[in-house]
Amino acid sequence: MTEEFAHWLKDLVTDADWSRGPRDGVVLVEYADYQCPSCQAAFGTIEAVLDRIGSRVRFVVRHFPVVSIHPYAERAALAAEAAGRQGKFWEMHRRLFEARGALSDENLALYAQDLGLDVERFKQDMEDESLAAKVKKQKWQGLRSGVNGTPTLYIGELRYDGRVNETDLRTAIEAELSKDRS
Amino acid sequence: MAALSVGSKAPDFELDGSAGTTRLSDVLKENDYVVLAFFPAAFSPVCTNELNLYQEVREEFNRMGAEVVGVSVDSKWVQQAFARQNNLDFPVVADFHPKGAVAQKYGVMRSDGMAERALFIVDSEGIVRFSYVSELTKNPGADRLLEALEKMTARA
Repeated sequence: MTEEFAHWLKDLVTDADWSRGPRDGVVLVEYADYQCPSCQAAFGTIEAVLDRIGSRVRFVVRHFPVVSIHPYAERAALAAEAAGRQGKFWEMHRRLFEARGALSDENLALYAQDLGLDVERFKQDMEDESLAAKVKKQKWQGLRSGVNGTPTLYIGELRYDGRVNETDLRTAIEAELSKDRS
Repeated sequence: MAALSVGSKAPDFELDGSAGTTRLSDVLKENDYVVLAFFPAAFSPVCTNELNLYQEVREEFNRMGAEVVGVSVDSKWVQQAFARQNNLDFPVVADFHPKGAVAQKYGVMRSDGMAERALFIVDSEGIVRFSYVSELTKNPGADRLLEALEKMTARA
């Protein structure tokens, strides 16, 4: 990663973010679009890496729906947020990626039902303007941080421009972990 | 061959493309700035991601008085299909014949027959206010453009 292409996360991780893992762990941020095939492919890779070294990683997901080519992406992001209001953000996150693009409103309601959510409340929350504003804000912050497509990952505060395969991603996180210790 | 630097006069051009015929000076009559995005090849993965991104930011660009124009050496039929497939609302023009003549004038024509992945911001006086050539395989994103436009509009 050369200096010229170094992009820093302009908005650091806060309690307003959805995050998993230890608060003092190395931060891995993903800007994601649930309708993006590359993100769907990266999902399994990221989960596999977290299975191995996740005990030392704080994983954060932010929304970056590319709406001009992915008409369902914004609604899907809202579904994840609405599920989050009922304590099931990560379960919905997984479900949305595993749906491989089946993301119509009907599908989203079915997934909510499968996850045992209060579906009526879920539907209401999906129309909540404050959640829509949150999704838009995350996307804007991503744009300002140099997110240039999806998925875009940041390790620590720096954009990770490597390939999203298990070995490379793990190596990059481990490098950051060792930096953290020194 | 170096890309046109900040302060240079931006050569006017008239090219066919996804929005009929586009003339730079006409677009500059209706906008304070034009973001000229030269890219290597329509439908290639990085170019597609890059132009999708500019479509995503277009509303914000417009708010700051800027319009995007994409330029590559592909033909107008390719540009039309590329814009349609990706729902690109800004013009994508064909620097097709003589091949790469406009890219040449901007100093961003490569010896392998493609344009560089280069960004310029041209102001309403036709002066280059921002100039950036990315690595060919790197999508430069929108953050540099947004920062540059913010500075320009703050001064204006």
